[in-house]
Amino acid sequence: MPETAPIAVAMSGGVDSSTVAALLVREGRAAVGFTMQLWNQRRLPQLTGDGVGRCCSLDDVYDARFVAERIGIPYYVVNFEDRFEEKVVKPFVEQYLAGRTPIPCTLCNNFVKFDQFVELADSLGARQIATGHYARVEQDPRTGRYRLLRGRDEAKDQTYFLFGLTQEQLSRTLFPIGHLTKPEVRKLAGDLDIPVAAKHDSQEICFVPNGDYAAFLDAYLAEQGIPRETTRGEIVTVDGRAIGEHQGVHRFTVGQRKGLGIAAPEPLYVIATEPAAQRVIVGPDRDLLRSRLRASGVNWVSWAGLSAPVRARVKIRNKHVPAWATLHPTGDPAAADVHFDEPQRAVTPGQAAVFYDGDAVAGGGWIG
Amino acid sequence: MQRFYFDHNATAPVCPEAREALLPCLADVYGNASSIHHFGQLAKQRLEQARRGVAALLGCGPKEIVFTSGGTESNNLALLGALRPCGGRHVITTAIEHPAVLNTCAQIEREGGAVTYVPVGADGVVDPDAIRRALRPETRLISVMHANNELGTVQPVGDIAGIAREAGILFHSDGVQAAGRLAPPDTDLYAVSGHKLGALKGVGALRVRQGTPLANIQFGGHHERERRPGTENVPGAVSFGAAAGWAHAHRDAEAERLATLRDLLEEGVLARVPHARVNGDRSRRLPNTTNIRFDYVEGEAMVIGLDLAGFAVSSGAACSSGAVEPSHVLTAIGLSPRDARSAVRFSLGRDNDEAQVRALIDAVTNVATHLRRISAEAPAHA
Repeated sequence: MPETAPIAVAMSGGVDSSTVAALLVREGRAAVGFTMQLWNQRRLPQLTGDGVGRCCSLDDVYDARFVAERIGIPYYVVNFEDRFEEKVVKPFVEQYLAGRTPIPCTLCNNFVKFDQFVELADSLGARQIATGHYARVEQDPRTGRYRLLRGRDEAKDQTYFLFGLTQEQLSRTLFPIGHLTKPEVRKLAGDLDIPVAAKHDSQEICFVPNGDYAAFLDAYLAEQGIPRETTRGEIVTVDGRAIGEHQGVHRFTVGQRKGLGIAAPEPLYVIATEPAAQRVIVGPDRDLLRSRLRASGVNWVSWAGLSAPVRARVKIRNKHVPAWATLHPTGDPAAADVHFDEPQRAVTPGQAAVFYDGDAVAGGGWIG
Repeated sequence: MQRFYFDHNATAPVCPEAREALLPCLADVYGNASSIHHFGQLAKQRLEQARRGVAALLGCGPKEIVFTSGGTESNNLALLGALRPCGGRHVITTAIEHPAVLNTCAQIEREGGAVTYVPVGADGVVDPDAIRRALRPETRLISVMHANNELGTVQPVGDIAGIAREAGILFHSDGVQAAGRLAPPDTDLYAVSGHKLGALKGVGALRVRQGTPLANIQFGGHHERERRPGTENVPGAVSFGAAAGWAHAHRDAEAERLATLRDLLEEGVLARVPHARVNGDRSRRLPNTTNIRFDYVEGEAMVIGLDLAGFAVSSGAACSSGAVEPSHVLTAIGLSPRDARSAVRFSLGRDNDEAQVRALIDAVTNVATHLRRISAEAPAHA
C-alpha cells in the first residue's frame, strides 16, 4: 500500500471529473484515477452511432489517461462490465418491457459507481472516493447524518440521480465541484491547464447510442436470444376506443406525443401503457395530470424517515421543477404517499420521486 | 518508490547486450541494408550477423530466419502463408492460443477455410491424440503454441511435430514465450518476438524451414528472400541478434535460476496466503511463470494494489481500453468466470533476484489479506 492514504477519483475523461482530479492534486491529496469500463461499445454493432457522448469509448479513456498523465497521478481502467450489465442494463431492459420508464443512471450510481467502485477503492486502501457530480455532501453537526445537497449550479444539479446513496456511501464521497457552476468549472479547468477543458458535455443514456432505446432493446434481446412476444398492439383512448396500432409498448413513455401516428382533433399524449395487453392508452393533455403518487423503495437521505405528514418539494423527472406536496407515511418505512398541491403532468412509472427540503435531498423513491 | 518488475511475459527490459549493439545503429550504421554502397553494406553486415544470432537461438540456419515486425506478424505470416488460398483447407489449433493465432484463424475461416480448436485439459496442456483425431484429408497445417503466455504450460510440440510429419502436413508453433527459455522444437514454422527476450519492440522473426511453401501476406520489394517486403529494421534486428546471443549462451543456467526463484515465490505465496492455488500443470511449465488464483479476490484489484505498492504483475489480457478482459485461457482450462477473474500471473526475468522475490511475497500477502478483509464473500478465516 502507498505511504499516504489515497483517494480514488472516478474519471470519465470529461471536464468535470478531470477538474476534480486536478483539484485534489492541487490540495496535495494522493489521488488515484480510475475509469470504469462499463459497457463494450462493440457488442451490439448494429447500433451504429457516431460514438460522440457515449461512455467507455476509447476516446474518453484516452482523454482520462492524458489528464492523469498531465497532473501526474496513477491511472487505471477497471472492468465493471459484469456488474453494470447485471445491475443496470438488465433491469433497464426489463423495466421497459414491463411498460415502465427506468433511470439507469440512478441504478449505476447505487450499484456501480458508489458500490463496486467504493469496494475497489476500499481494497486499495482509499477510504474516500471523489466524483465530478454536481451535488454537495454535508454532515449535520446535530444528528451526525450526512446530508445530500443540490449542486450550486441549478441547471447541472445531479441530485435527482443520487437519491439512492446510503449514509455509508455519502460519508465516503467527495463532490469537489458541487459548489461550482459549470462555467466556473470550465474556467478552472482552463486555469489548471486540463486538456479537456473545452470538451462537450456527455448526453443521454451512456450505453444507448443516439438515445434510441427501442433499437437498443431490440438489439440486446436479439443478442441474448430472448424471443420477443408479439409487440404489436392497439392504441386506445381513455374511454376505451381503439384508434390505431403500434409496434410495441416499450416504444412509448408516459407523456409522449410524438410517434403515435394518429390524427386527432386535439393533441394526444400517452397516458399509460399496459404491457400485458400490449395496449397504449392515449388522451388529451389534461388526462396526464395526477395529484397523487406512491413512492416505494424509498431511501431516506437527509431525513431519517417519516413519522407524520411533512411538507416538501417533489421532483418526478430530471427536468421537472420540484412541486410542493405533502408527504404522508404509509406504514411502510420505505414508502411515502405524495399529495401534490397542484396536479402534476406525466407521473411516469419507473421514474424517481425525489423529495427536497430546501436544497437538501430528504429522500426519494420509485414511482410505482 | 522502488519498483520491481515481474511481468516478463508481457515484455522485458532492453538487455545491456542489445543496448550496446544498438548504439552504432543509432549513429554510423544508418544505411539501407538493400543498398549497394558502403553504407548499405555496413547495415547489411549487421543485419546478417543478427540473423545468425537468432538462427543459433532457434537451432536453424540463418537462411531460414525471416525478420518481421514482431510475434503477431510472424504468426500471421505462418498461418495465412501456409493456408492461402484458404478455401477448402483445414487447420488444427488449440483453444489456448494467443489472439495473434486465434484471430488469424478467424480470418482463415472468413476466407473459406476450416479451423478446429482442440480443447485442453485442466492442466492447460493439449493432448497430442486429440490433435491426431482432428486430422482431416484437407488438413494443411497444425498450429500449437510452444508455451502458453498466461499459464506458462509447455505443449507437447515434439509429439505433435511427429503427427504432422506422419500426416505429411506442416507444423507451426508460436514460440513467442518459449524462445530463449526452452530448447527450440523441430517445426516447419516457428514464430518469435524480439522484445520478450530483451530486444527492442517492433522486431520479430519467423523460422521457415527450407523448402516450406509459404505465400506472401505483404507485397513490396525483394527483402528477406522475397518472404517479407519492407526496408529492413536494422536497429531492431541488431538488438534482437544481441539479445538472442545472450539468451542462447545462458539459457539453461538462467532457466534453472528462474525456476528456483519462481518456486520460491510460489511456495512462499501458497504458504502465507490461504485459498490460493496454482493454475495449470506445475511440472510442464516455463521456468519463469506462475499463474495463481486467489479465492475471494479480484485479480484486477490485486494488480492495481500491487502496482501502487511498486510491484508490476498482470491479470489476463488488456482490452483496447486497458481494462482487464476475461481470460479465454483460464476458461478453456475449466475455471468459472469468477475463478478466472481471481487469477494473477507472475513472470520472472533476468533482473529479478531473491530479495525482490521475498519482497513480492510480502506484498502479495499484504494486498491479498487486505482485499479479503474487504470482500463480502471471504470467510472470516481467509
